[in-house]
Parts: sequence; structure tokens; C-alpha cells
Amino acid sequence: MKPLLRRLRAELFATRTDTVLSLALISLITLAAFGVLRWAFTQAQWAVIRVNSTLFAVGRYPVEQQWRLWLLTALLVAASGATWGLLRAHPRPDRSGVLWPRNDRLALVLLVLIALAVPAALGLSLAIASRWWGLTVLLILCRWLAGRFGAGLPASGQRLAALVWPALYLVGMVLISGGLGLVTVSPSEWGGLMLTLLASSFAILLCFPIGVLLALGRRSDLPLLRWGSVLYIEFIRGAPLITLLFLGQNILGFLLPGGLAPERVWRAAWVLTFFAAAYLAEAVRSGLAAVPRGQLEAARSLGLSYPKALQHVVLPQALRVALPAMVGQFISLLQDTTLLSLIGLLELLGTARTVMANPAFLGRNGEVYLTLAVLFWGCCAALGLGSRALERRLDPHAVPSAT
Amino acid sequence: MFWNRTRTLGASLLAAGLLAGCAGDGGGVQSQKLSTITGRGKLICGVEGKLPGFSFVGPDGKYLGLDVDVCKAVAAAVLGDPEKVEYRDLNSSERFAALASGEVDLLSRNTTMTLSRDAAGGNGLSFAPTTFYDGQGVLVPVASGIKDLKGLAGKPICVESGTTTELNLADRMREQNIPYTPLKFQTSDQTFAAYLGGRCVAVTSDRSQLAGKRTSFPKPDAHTLLPVVMSKEPLTPATTNGDPAWADAVRWIVYGLMQAEESGITQANVDAKLDEAKANTNQADLRRFLGVEGDFGKLLGLPPDFVVKAVKAVGNYGEIFDRNVGPASALKLDRGLNRQWKDGGLIYSPPFR
Repeated sequence: MKPLLRRLRAELFATRTDTVLSLALISLITLAAFGVLRWAFTQAQWAVIRVNSTLFAVGRYPVEQQWRLWLLTALLVAASGATWGLLRAHPRPDRSGVLWPRNDRLALVLLVLIALAVPAALGLSLAIASRWWGLTVLLILCRWLAGRFGAGLPASGQRLAALVWPALYLVGMVLISGGLGLVTVSPSEWGGLMLTLLASSFAILLCFPIGVLLALGRRSDLPLLRWGSVLYIEFIRGAPLITLLFLGQNILGFLLPGGLAPERVWRAAWVLTFFAAAYLAEAVRSGLAAVPRGQLEAARSLGLSYPKALQHVVLPQALRVALPAMVGQFISLLQDTTLLSLIGLLELLGTARTVMANPAFLGRNGEVYLTLAVLFWGCCAALGLGSRALERRLDPHAVPSAT
Repeated sequence: MFWNRTRTLGASLLAAGLLAGCAGDGGGVQSQKLSTITGRGKLICGVEGKLPGFSFVGPDGKYLGLDVDVCKAVAAAVLGDPEKVEYRDLNSSERFAALASGEVDLLSRNTTMTLSRDAAGGNGLSFAPTTFYDGQGVLVPVASGIKDLKGLAGKPICVESGTTTELNLADRMREQNIPYTPLKFQTSDQTFAAYLGGRCVAVTSDRSQLAGKRTSFPKPDAHTLLPVVMSKEPLTPATTNGDPAWADAVRWIVYGLMQAEESGITQANVDAKLDEAKANTNQADLRRFLGVEGDFGKLLGLPPDFVVKAVKAVGNYGEIFDRNVGPASALKLDRGLNRQWKDGGLIYSPPFR
């Protein structure tokens, strides 16, 4: 207790000015927090969230097909748990190999709390709530199993394990949209958090390779390639995303004869992808610029072909430098998906707006927007946390940590 | 190269459209749109999607509202099933493009009918009968005792800036030589917050919006809509000029809903009325209307009993109004101009003959 007090004193009340500023700010923050909490617990009517929770989660996805989404969630949770465990079982050689570091234990407690609190707060039926608990148990189980036995996995098995994620993405696409014996669910019925995550993950995954190619193209010695990349990047960066989205929605219908134009959801997802790729290309280019020319020359003089030199020497270093900028790009991409509500797609914001238009919930804007803020914050925080972990893992100068 | 190709494509599309148009003129009820819809098995309906009482998504993921019920009635009449509709949320800037490019078959999206939107040289729409006569209104506290525009003389009025609402208010007050102080705000939320905060004695906007906002007030009953209507906003479903037969079909399905109310046919009694019509050969009007005799359906390219199907799906016009925006809804709008013509309103179906 003592050191904490001493630290507080040193950081907040060291001088008279500090004391005044600290007191003013603390009282301001307390007042605001108190106001929000009082509103949340006395005035707010949370029925709007409880009643529409399915709508916020998956939009208008048909009820009788929603088991597919639960299955997908279970697969994702299992894969996440296994990946988490494997990462701990295979620490980098310069790191201590603790299987359950403190942060992991904290995260677990937090997850269990969420699994207990959210169904209770939403007033979910026991059948649905038990699925939440089941998912949590599954996560912990996979995490434990992978952590316990993952160390014995041979290198080839690890490479195979990494392929689980792209495979899962394809499986997820089939589960969501149907086909292969499953009933087709038209993209016009996708919505809510599912659509937000789907559109942003699609764009994030695809804009990465396109962005890297564009960045390489921009630094290429071939004039056609170079100028093509420059033209593309500058064109996209010169237009606001919303105009590109409108272009995709309204012009394609005229250019392609009826029925040939892809579904509106896919048009929007591709526009997001191409938009993000241009910005990502610049982030990657900054990374490429940070790699000294000597690296490439040394690799070439060792007899590596140009693609091999890029793959093994230049890109790993460049991407590591560009990672923070790229993650920033991904996070803003996730938030940019709210623009889809302006072109009539029912992603999170669109769902929120249609829920607020229900005469039964008129005037419940505060509750709805606050919920949206929490959801978006959660998604973005997860992206941020993941990227920081990745940065630490990729950092060649890391000192072995004690935890 | 790209532009060349698109131009060629556009030209060929245009040519195809012209050819189809000619074929339509020659063949009576040849509607390309109607056969597209029946072939596809569902109607694609453009709606606003976020407008209280007119179109929104309920907790079970189903679209609800007055505009939505028009889509359902058309789907029921054409395809026999009100659920065979795919809804597209459209914003105000893309709605006409979506209709023109054929992405939606029908626009049922609180669109005001105007000359420039109807004209072939303008947006080239083909309007169905107006389903909701809206207009700019004024909301005042009951306690203020204000009964008409004159009562607002010299008082501050809250209005959203940069809208036609603001211009209409200025026009009407100038016409009647009533001095007033407009308090202008950037967003509708700010405008209503200022009104509730007592900064002005009245707030003006479209009457349907005022009624919707009022339900979210702390004390809705303490506020009342003045009877005055300051602008004309006939909200009307629309199709394109390109397919007159399809436009006719939509027009008469909507008229059917209105005529059903006038004839006392409701969702509940439509089957009984149908039996009555079948039994009594001397009820000629009713028999024609419900498709027992005559060929109204065939003339439009629809099933003979299209009115029965539409009314069975969503009820007559009065029922649609009451359920979505009228007494049975949270909006509690007065029928006002939307009464039947016999009751002094503007809802008037031409004869089914």
C-alpha cells in the first residue's frame, strides 16, 4: 500500500500547481462518470438493447439458420484458444516460457466475467446463456490443451496449424452465405456486428497483399508498373471513401446488365478493400524505405533471386517497421465500415438507426449509441492488443521478460 | 479504352431498353418488369429503412411500417405472398439511381411527388397514388394556448437551418404578415432539445416527424400539433417511366387498398365479402372489384383476385394507416388529409370499372 501512496503523491500532488490541476481533473472526471452511471442505472431504458440483441448481433439473419453462426463462433473460439496456447507453448528462444503469465490469467478472469455478465444483462434465455458459457469453457479447454501438449508439436505440425486460420475463413464464408448443401442466406439479410466484422476482416485480409504489391510496384524500376501504382494510389487517396462507396453502389448497376452486378454487400466490401490497399501501400512503402539498400544488395550478392531476397530479407524487416501504421489503418478501416450504413447496409450503425426508428423505442438514442461505442471500442481494443503482442513477438531486440 | 467500352455497353443497353419499350407498346400487358419479378420469385422494394412508422426493422428482423406494407401488398398481389419481398435500404441521394438502374422494382420510400421527379426530362419516375399526405406542421405546448399561426406573432420558433422547412416557414409567415423570430439549429436533435428547453414556443417540421418526436418527449400529451399545414408533401410510391404496364399494376394495387376501405372490406372480412360476392350475382361492383367476374386482373397482367390477396396480406388503406402511424401505433397521427374523400380527406380511388 505504501509504495502506491508514494507514487500517487509523486505523480499527482508533487507541487502546488500539480495538486490544483489533479484535484480539478479528478473532480471533473468523477462528476462525469457519476452522471453517466446515474443515467445508465436510473434513467436509461435498456429494453431497446435486450429486445433487439439478436438484431445487433447478426441483423436479419434467418432464425432457423442461426445455428450456423453459433457453429462458426465455436470454431473461431476453439481456434483462438488453440493459437493462444500454442504461442505460449512455443515462446521465442530469448523469452522465458511461462505457460500461464499473469496477463493471461487476468484475461481469463475477464472472459469468464463477461460470459457471466453479458447474458445476465441482456436477459438471455438459459439456452442461449448456456451457449455463452459453453464457448468460454471451450476457449479455456483449447487454450489449456494447446499449452499443455503444444510444445511437442513438430515444426511441420506448426506450419499446418497456421493454415487453420485461412481454412477457417473459407469455412466461415460457406457457413454464413450457404452453399455446399446449406440453405443460401442472401447477403441482404446479413447485418449487425456480424456484417461489420465480416466486411472489415474481408477488407483487412485482402488489402494486405494488394497493398504490399502496390508498395513494391511503386518502388519498381519498371516505369509502367511504377506509374500504374502511383496513379492508383493517388486516385484512391484523392477521393473520400464515401464517394467511392456511392460509386460502387450506384454506377455498377448501370454499367453491368441487371443481375450481373455483385451483391451490394460485396461491392461495398471490395470498395473498402481497394480503398484500404492504397493507404496500406504507403505504410508498407515507409517500411521498405526504412530497410537500408545494402540489405537487398547483400542478399542479391549471396545469390538470392529478387523475389527470394524480398521474401526473406527485405519484407520481414519492412513489415515490422510498418506494423504500427498498418494496424492503425486496420482500426480505422473497422470504423470506416460505419459508412456502409449510409449506403443502406444494416451493419452495426445501420442496425442502430433502424432500431431507433422503431416507434416502440423512439428516443432511446443514448442507450443505443453507448452500446455501439462499447462494441466498437471492444473490437478496436482487441485489434490493438493483438498487434502489440505481435510487435513484441517480432521485436528482435526484445529483452527476456520476467512474466 | 475503359470509357469506350462502357459507352458501347451503355448504348447497347439503351437500344435493348428501346426495343423492350416498343415490344411493350405492341403487346398489351407485356411488362418486362412483371415477368422479371415473377421469374425471380420476389419483389425488390426500395425503402428508407430508418423512418419511424414508415419503414424500420423490428426485433425479429422483419421490416415493418406503412411504406413496407405497400411493398407487401404489391408482392401479395403479384406473387401471392407478402413475404416474398427483398428490401433495400436506400438513402435520399441514391434512391432514384437505384430505381433507374433496375436494382429495385418499386420505390416505397416516403418520396414527395414533384413535377421534376415525375417529368421524363427530370428523374423520369412514374408515381403511384399518394399513400401519405404529409406537410409541414407546428408543434406547441398545450399550456401556451396557441391555436394558429397568428398566435405565434412575435414569438421565437425553433427550426432546422438550411432546410425547405425553414424557407416554408418564412414564406407562410410573410404571406400573412406575422412577425416572428426564427431560432435556427444545425440538426433536428438540437432543434427539439431547444424546444424542450423552452427556448422557443413552437417547433416546425414535417407533421409525421413532429408526431414521431413527440412520442419521445417526457410528457407527450403536453404538446399539440396545430391544424395548419404549411407545405405539401405527398409521399408517394414510384416506379420508372420505362415500364408503363408495371406502373399501372402498382397504381391499381394501391388504389385497390384505398377502394377496399371505401367499400368496407377489411383484412378480417375479406373472405366473407368474397363469399358474398360469389353468392350474389347482382353485386356487380363487388364481383368485379374482388375479381369474381370481369378481367381487371388480366388487363393489368395480375391475377384476377389481386385485390383480395393484397387486402388479405396487409388490410385496407385505413388499417395500414392505423396500424403503422395512426391510433394503434406509438405515433398516434391523426388521419387528417389522409381520410377517405367521403370524410373530407384526399384518399380517393377512381372507379374499378
